[in-house]
Amino acid sequence: MHNGIIIGAGPAGLTAAVTCAENGLDVIVLDEYMRAGGRLLGQLYEQPDGKWWNGIKESERLFQQAVDLGVQFRFGTAVSNIEYLDDMWVIYTEKEVLQTSNLLLATGAAESPVPVPGWTLPGVMSVGAAQVMTNVHRVKPGERGVIIGINVLSAAIAMELQLAGVEVASLTLPRMSEVTDVEAHPKEVMDSLLHVSHMAPSPFVKLGSKFMKGDFMKKMGAAFYPKNGVKMWDIPIQLRKAVIEIYGENQVEGVTLATINSKGDVVPGTEENIAADFVCIAGGLYPLAELAAIAGCPFYLVEELGGYVPLHSEEMETTLDGLYVAGNITGIEGAKVAAAQGHVAGLSIARNNGIRSLDYKIMDAIQHVKTTRDHAYIQFHPQIQKGRSKIQDQWNTYQRNVQEV
Amino acid sequence: MTDRRILDHPILGEQKSQKEISFTFNQKEYKGLQGEPIAAALLANGVRTLRYHEESGTPRGIYCNIGHCFECRVIINGKQGQRACLTPLEEGMVIESPAPLPTPVRDWRYENA
Repeated sequence: MHNGIIIGAGPAGLTAAVTCAENGLDVIVLDEYMRAGGRLLGQLYEQPDGKWWNGIKESERLFQQAVDLGVQFRFGTAVSNIEYLDDMWVIYTEKEVLQTSNLLLATGAAESPVPVPGWTLPGVMSVGAAQVMTNVHRVKPGERGVIIGINVLSAAIAMELQLAGVEVASLTLPRMSEVTDVEAHPKEVMDSLLHVSHMAPSPFVKLGSKFMKGDFMKKMGAAFYPKNGVKMWDIPIQLRKAVIEIYGENQVEGVTLATINSKGDVVPGTEENIAADFVCIAGGLYPLAELAAIAGCPFYLVEELGGYVPLHSEEMETTLDGLYVAGNITGIEGAKVAAAQGHVAGLSIARNNGIRSLDYKIMDAIQHVKTTRDHAYIQFHPQIQKGRSKIQDQWNTYQRNVQEV
Repeated sequence: MTDRRILDHPILGEQKSQKEISFTFNQKEYKGLQGEPIAAALLANGVRTLRYHEESGTPRGIYCNIGHCFECRVIINGKQGQRACLTPLEEGMVIESPAPLPTPVRDWRYENA
């Protein structure tokens, strides 16, 4: 028996574990991966103050802090089921069955796939896969790659690949179809790219973001966007071309690009081949929330948070007794926000375990989540605040309804 | 195999030295680093194809690299359905690609042949 069990050893889970242990709780952290850090491991970017944010170092620091405080870890441990029996959460893994009165789901996010003809060929991988291979395992995903899907994550990873000596031949769009809808639309992509433009040295992208605040200007921007694209960190970004096929005999040999008009349709006769030995697909992240669904949490679809999220409070409680959530399972944001949420969840778990006078600390910790969000360097969704308010409104409504019953 | 490895990185620095070990993949011997994921060890050896699709027999490799998609499932020391991206490499591991399975039930209609 443990005072708390945490599923997920990413920034949220690790911070929660540290907070629990600091408050004298006996906690155990489970993770499917072989080491701590989660998606934080792959992160590597230069911050405004010129210092590098090194995800591996941050992960190691948090992990060491947790270990020093006596937190137990089980790596390589996948959780297959959770259920609430006799006022206890029962956690089923491949090796053992664990019990706790307080369970935190900090399972993070998964990448949305974007189907493109030829995408099952070996050498095609998610952009996060290339990031982990490069930064964490230090193996090149290939010599020359094409990234399909232009968003905050893929732009950042393109830069990381370059840094490791891997050539990125192009950042391009997928061809528009029913499933690729928004990701393939030049105007929408232009809109989302405005949020990484502050990281881009290219004067076009920088100037562009200033002049393209209005919807009309964005449409014009997409229409007049140079056919050969612009460059960010020397990587050609092509908003007017789309990958219509990934080709290769037994593995990736290249992609076929074609010009697309501002509506996203292919202009016939413009097809050209680009040689590459790997292709990354970047469809963005969505909250990985299956365990919350199994548990029976009510869910809401909040586009600004990246998908379906379990209903939760600012104190990181779900509607179920002793079940908490923190990190990207509550909505897609950066590692620093996830860690701040993990701190709140850790305090809430400690309070539920009978640790006294934590109310002010919890209020401060909630405020810290907001401050961290406001200062976030990389914004995954421009309307994140709106998404957070939507969930908060649903939570308030839920609480009112419960009280009326 | 060294040129596929990023031994020195401008920000992350030199790669920590790990013990080199031997393993086999589809009866062929390879060298890899102890504890690294099988998928990374094979990629460092230039091997991208990890399995063949159960029905169509088309080649498949890693996709998500963090355990979600199961595209990298291989047979490790006789145990099938193991994820190459999550399993740490050990000395003497015998790794095999699962082969296409017999598919006696299929859609024989002309338009879907």
